[in-house]
Amino acid sequence: MKLPTLNDNPFMKPMEWVSLLLLAGLILVLLPLALDSFRLNLVGKYLTYAFVALGLVICWGYCGILSLGQGVFFGLGGYCMAMYLKLEASSVENTRIQSTPGIPDFMDWNQVTALPWFWKPFHSLPLTLIAVVAVPTLFAFVIGAAMFKRRVGGTYFAIITQAIAAILTILIVGQQGYTGGINGITDLRTLNGWDIRTDAAKTILYFVNGGLLIACILVAQAVKRSKLGRILVAMRDKEDRVRFSGYAVASFKIFAFCLAAAFAAVGGAMFTLQVGFMSPSFVGIVPSIEMVIYTAVGGRLSLFGAVYGTLLVNWAKTSFSESFPELWLFGLGALFIAVVLAFPNGLAGIWRQHVEPRLSRKPKSPALPAVLPHGAPAE
Amino acid sequence: MSAALLPGASPNDKDFLLAVEGLTVSFDGFKAVNDVSFYVDPDEIRVIIGPNGAGKTTVLDLICGRTKATSGSIKYRGQELTRLSESAIVQAGVGRKFQTPSIYDDLTVFENLEISFPRGRTVLGALTFKRDAEVRDRIHAIAEMIFLKDHLDARAEFLSHGQKQWLEIGMLLIQDPELLMLDEPVAGMSVAERKKTAELLHQIIKGRSVLVIEHDMKFVEDIAHRVTVLHQGRVLSEGSMERVKNDPKVVEVYLGH
Repeated sequence: MKLPTLNDNPFMKPMEWVSLLLLAGLILVLLPLALDSFRLNLVGKYLTYAFVALGLVICWGYCGILSLGQGVFFGLGGYCMAMYLKLEASSVENTRIQSTPGIPDFMDWNQVTALPWFWKPFHSLPLTLIAVVAVPTLFAFVIGAAMFKRRVGGTYFAIITQAIAAILTILIVGQQGYTGGINGITDLRTLNGWDIRTDAAKTILYFVNGGLLIACILVAQAVKRSKLGRILVAMRDKEDRVRFSGYAVASFKIFAFCLAAAFAAVGGAMFTLQVGFMSPSFVGIVPSIEMVIYTAVGGRLSLFGAVYGTLLVNWAKTSFSESFPELWLFGLGALFIAVVLAFPNGLAGIWRQHVEPRLSRKPKSPALPAVLPHGAPAE
Repeated sequence: MSAALLPGASPNDKDFLLAVEGLTVSFDGFKAVNDVSFYVDPDEIRVIIGPNGAGKTTVLDLICGRTKATSGSIKYRGQELTRLSESAIVQAGVGRKFQTPSIYDDLTVFENLEISFPRGRTVLGALTFKRDAEVRDRIHAIAEMIFLKDHLDARAEFLSHGQKQWLEIGMLLIQDPELLMLDEPVAGMSVAERKKTAELLHQIIKGRSVLVIEHDMKFVEDIAHRVTVLHQGRVLSEGSMERVKNDPKVVEVYLGH
């Protein structure tokens, strides 16, 4: 008797390699060839949300932790990058008309006369790159440790993450002199002397973004196929059984939440670089929930699905909101309800159920093995 | 086997695998378990019986750390368990099976067993865990024992109720606990499955102690070395099945029905 999956645990199944190549081909070859520089930059922006969706697949799909506050980590990553770019744009020469030259313009407008301490590390590019990932991940660790060690989960956790998103938005808007307030951090020009506003730079950033996204998919895949990935699924099923098998359940949830935050942070930083500004409107409740919808539409158990879901919903958003701006939010809400009710596994679920069986003609169904009927006679 | 201990005698903890003394837990003033003491020897099969609401499951919850004791002590090989976290208690060598089969529906039988393999229990350990020959051999050996060797690749949700119970017992076996606690392992099983389970239990007790909650008296008689009867959170009687059966107090509250 042949047991196909028993003794080998390959990094990816052949079908998954095909999916990865298709996705890489689409992002790195097809779209750059087909789109003009403006549209390509737009797709690049959408793809930064895909990092968040990817994190949600691990955190929500696999581990069952629904976070409605991923915008917080996306925003923190984006703000860390924006702070560096802003400091570089605020050299003494560039800002000599200010009453305090050498500090960001919004600080000067708000009567701040010296650079606050927490801005100082962002003079350094290496420190900034570390902070982009470390700050959101540490913040996620603190939230995760506080919640999961106290066994807060499910709806309560979702509500708390949403509250944190609201609080952070209010804080950023309120502390205008330190954060740029509601306008965010704008007028970003160069990255270590390299002008990021030119079309050529935007194209390069698009490819960097695409490469990072593929890299994050591979990291997520490595986590998913490790024993840790199966423990996450097991915890979603029967948390107590995992706990009483000798695992500190809270640590595993914290890990999943931190990983999702780290992915979101990379996306946020790439957003700032490609779009050229960061503002509180990407931190709050609405973007956080939109990011959950991307994941749901793509399929919350599929890494590739999350990317396609993000692209599709954003494409729809751009097309519809150009023609019917006031209807878009209703459309998005309806889409979410429809997906949850009719296709709980999203696009990836439809693909697996209807397309894949047609592609591989072999009549195989290893998922449904012969199982002894209940109470089979004992020999 | 050591001589049966009379309740109230003062023993030396060190001789026992598990020494529960003066264990009390109170939920909003209601004492679900009230001053319970009992001692389990190495290699002993102890069955806890008692009417519904007697506090049997609560005693297991207290030992495995799911519920925190209000007072009293639980010593496992001389180590106080009431202060340890659930995962530390498991790592000390205590395994617990739940009343309803508690397995991972979305994983295969193989993966269910693998998660219980006692290695790589930290986040880093789980990330770097390798499915090597030792793991595979052990999973195959356990699967054979629990009558599931032909179902290793089946998703656990497609197993029958009895098979799910065996799978959970298998998951405990792979942990290799010294103290195995089973909550109604044959509940809802067919006669044939029940017989197989009794065989299985006889096979797995070698080298470990087992604490079982069970209602099926025939099954209890078949496996128990000693029986502890709980009633309204207190120990009503203790000793061999023969002795307990003939205890007038026990007959009145439990067996007489």
